[in-house]
Amino acid sequence: MERQVFSYSVVRTGSFEDVGLISTEIKKKLEELGVERNIVRRVSIICFEAEMNISLYAERGGNIFVAVEPDKVDIYVEDDGPGIEDLEKAMQPGYSTAPLWVHELGFGAGMGLPNMEKNSDVFEITSELGKGTKIHSVVFRNKDAA
Amino acid sequence: MKLKEVAQLVEAEFLNLPEKADEEVHTACAADLLSDVLAMRGEAALLITGEAAPQVVRVADVMNIRAILYVRGKKPQKKDIVKWATQRGIVLLSTPLPTFEACGRLYVKGMRCSECSEIEFA
Repeated sequence: MERQVFSYSVVRTGSFEDVGLISTEIKKKLEELGVERNIVRRVSIICFEAEMNISLYAERGGNIFVAVEPDKVDIYVEDDGPGIEDLEKAMQPGYSTAPLWVHELGFGAGMGLPNMEKNSDVFEITSELGKGTKIHSVVFRNKDAA
Repeated sequence: MKLKEVAQLVEAEFLNLPEKADEEVHTACAADLLSDVLAMRGEAALLITGEAAPQVVRVADVMNIRAILYVRGKKPQKKDIVKWATQRGIVLLSTPLPTFEACGRLYVKGMRCSECSEIEFA
């Protein structure tokens, strides 16, 4: 299989009814490509958390790129949102800056970034206040075989 | 346990896909916090929840959850959400019971926690 790249724009609509639609699209795409079930699940979770974060915080939206290769799936997430003030804290489970209305939607438990890291084999995040956030995550497909 | 048995045990109604009543489900997860569902280990076939917001069905899809049981008589308020779930093959059930009672009735009859269960799905 050749390297296949898909890109998605997350648009902030102000409504949360559509949150998760992009991640479910990505999941469908990976299933069509015959990516292993467990890998599809991990990539979908990472994308969902990313989509959620962009929808919640990045006023001008952001992008998710997914590159599928025979041995791995790369996920690139970028936005020009407000950035994360304290990355170290944000990576701690339970740390949340989410406002009340986010909690009311069942999110904002401070598990987003830790959950992305947990499901990634490689997880890199850079963030600059006022500039935005970039994430690169890798999920290896042949990890069990290796 | 078949979905129709689940429905019977907790006095639930099918909101869609009644043709899937014979589908087997053995593991469940109960959560209102979608972050908890997204952080779940293992695979739950059934999600028991008091959250009826549209995002629940998207999370369910990503997590390979095959059926959602809404407690306390809740139902998704938007028709297109039910339609979307149907397209993705996710069964929606609604029970008048509260979460604890619904979980208890199912546990007694053999439903197990997806994060504690030794059952593995291929």
